[in-house]
Amino acid sequence: MRDFKPLPDLPPPTASTGAVGWARANLFSTPLNTLMSLGAFYILYIALVPLLDWAIFSANFVGNDRNACLTGGACWAFIGNRLPIFTYGSYPATEYWRLDICFALLVFSFGPQFFDKFRYKMQLGIFSLTAFPVICFFLISGGSFGLSYVPTDKWGGLSLTLTLAYVGIVAALPIGIALALGRRSEMPVIRTFCIAFIELWRGVPLISVLFMSSVMLPLFLPEGMNFDKLLRALIGITMFQSAYMAEVIRGGLQAIPRGQYEAAQAMGMSYWKSMGLIILPQALKLVIPGIVNTFIALFKDTTLVLIIGLFDILATVESAITDPAWGAVATEGHVFVAMCFWVFCFSMSRYSQNLERKLHTGHKR
Amino acid sequence: MENATSNELAVQLSDVNKWYGDFHVLKDINLNVAAGERIVICGPSGSGKSTMIRCINRLEEHQAGQIIVNGIELTEDLKRIDEVRREVGMCFQHFNLFPHLTVLENCTLALIWVRKMPKSEAKDVAMHYLERVKIPEQAEKYPGQLSGGQQQRVAIARSLCMSPKIMLFDEPTSALDPEMIKEVLDVMVELAEEGMTMLCVTHEMGFAKLVANRVIFMDMSQIVEENNPHDFFDNPQNDRTKLFLSQILNH
Repeated sequence: MRDFKPLPDLPPPTASTGAVGWARANLFSTPLNTLMSLGAFYILYIALVPLLDWAIFSANFVGNDRNACLTGGACWAFIGNRLPIFTYGSYPATEYWRLDICFALLVFSFGPQFFDKFRYKMQLGIFSLTAFPVICFFLISGGSFGLSYVPTDKWGGLSLTLTLAYVGIVAALPIGIALALGRRSEMPVIRTFCIAFIELWRGVPLISVLFMSSVMLPLFLPEGMNFDKLLRALIGITMFQSAYMAEVIRGGLQAIPRGQYEAAQAMGMSYWKSMGLIILPQALKLVIPGIVNTFIALFKDTTLVLIIGLFDILATVESAITDPAWGAVATEGHVFVAMCFWVFCFSMSRYSQNLERKLHTGHKR
Repeated sequence: MENATSNELAVQLSDVNKWYGDFHVLKDINLNVAAGERIVICGPSGSGKSTMIRCINRLEEHQAGQIIVNGIELTEDLKRIDEVRREVGMCFQHFNLFPHLTVLENCTLALIWVRKMPKSEAKDVAMHYLERVKIPEQAEKYPGQLSGGQQQRVAIARSLCMSPKIMLFDEPTSALDPEMIKEVLDVMVELAEEGMTMLCVTHEMGFAKLVANRVIFMDMSQIVEENNPHDFFDNPQNDRTKLFLSQILNH
């Protein structure tokens, strides 16, 4: 009989050979490849040089009117000059500090979530979903605690965009979960209601939802009864997005094997306990990409409120670029808006990837 | 192994019938299981054996007949279903561990949320049973990091944590590699020796010979034959049983 001796583990072969080796292998491996690489470099060169020149080297960064921007480069001075309006809208300038506190709180409640070593993620998450919106509401709206009242038609700019998006996100997720569970319910009344709700809202464009909320809804309300335009827009956006959210989450619920429900039942768990402790944590984890996709869509859809006369960041910039005190600054304005949206959407995307990696419990990686 | 002495009935099925749509999946099932008795149920696939034991903890509903578990009759009444599930533990073919929780959390979850046990106490109970299935060192791992045999042992420990009076096993070794079957069967044999009432759907005939008080053979939605293991294997009465045994034993 021969003894079985396992072979020793060997280290994997090293693949990297530095930047030159990489370029030789990937860019200049054959004559055709070399030709194509050089062509690509040339196209990059003719596109990037004027762009960098416009955006940075010939750009103007300081100034108070069109005379500061005569060099032909980008007129960032315009953005700098109007930054308060873009950020705070027509909120009274003496009360800017209230919005500043909210911005600081926003950074404080989400910044630490990006660090793996931070230990109070759960508590901070609960804070940002519950206390944070309430604090911000009292701060921004005022009318109590000695703060002067600021009506919602003074709200605007980036702070309005963030308000719309934040409320939409925080409200659409739980409503979406409830609708998804309801649509899979065995009780016919609840199931029918949820299906009708989802299909109704999903089948209507957001623009018409907003129009209806601002133009048609008051017609159906009794004389003299009216509620805030911003509130109506918020309800419209929330309902609309929660229908989408419900379908994303239902996708996750359907991916959970039947055995998980059975194991929970066999251990004597009630419907709510098995959903809350076993099914939903797994289902939500599965559909994080879909959820974040919906959040990002919602964030960008908030720009549609400009059609009902709310001045979010895009609408504020749109009206500022027509100011005759500045020349043709439409490009700068739109680039600025695009950058603002990109920063927030990209952060959400990074955060979701971070979350996915952390919640991964299998052994394949 | 000795026959169970207690006459108290743990599970009582009388004229149980069940249909999946038009398909009659259980036909007039009558079965009495005394406390401490160990039953092995075998039969070809689709014969209704899994459905039968799944009716005992109401994972499946029966449409006619009577099922009484530990003196409680199973009806639509959710309270009774809860009471029965409190007494009955179950292990599945595919383990059905919760992949988002660690092994320890899998075991303590129901103790904390269903039995309202304090966390530290629940942890002690869970570690006790993990030691019994010989994997206390895996407590902090996730199910996805364990082998199939280890996962099934965790599933057994998870059920035992709820201190059930009756254990149901639904083909616990069918999804396992040959080398892992033994480690799971060893745990089940130990459990049997301690006097647990067990109903096992399995094709492990060695296990049946070793621990079963009775072997039940099912085919075509009904109980074809039941007997003590000795007579069941050496002297089957029914032709269908003989054919089945010749197919599973002769290769």
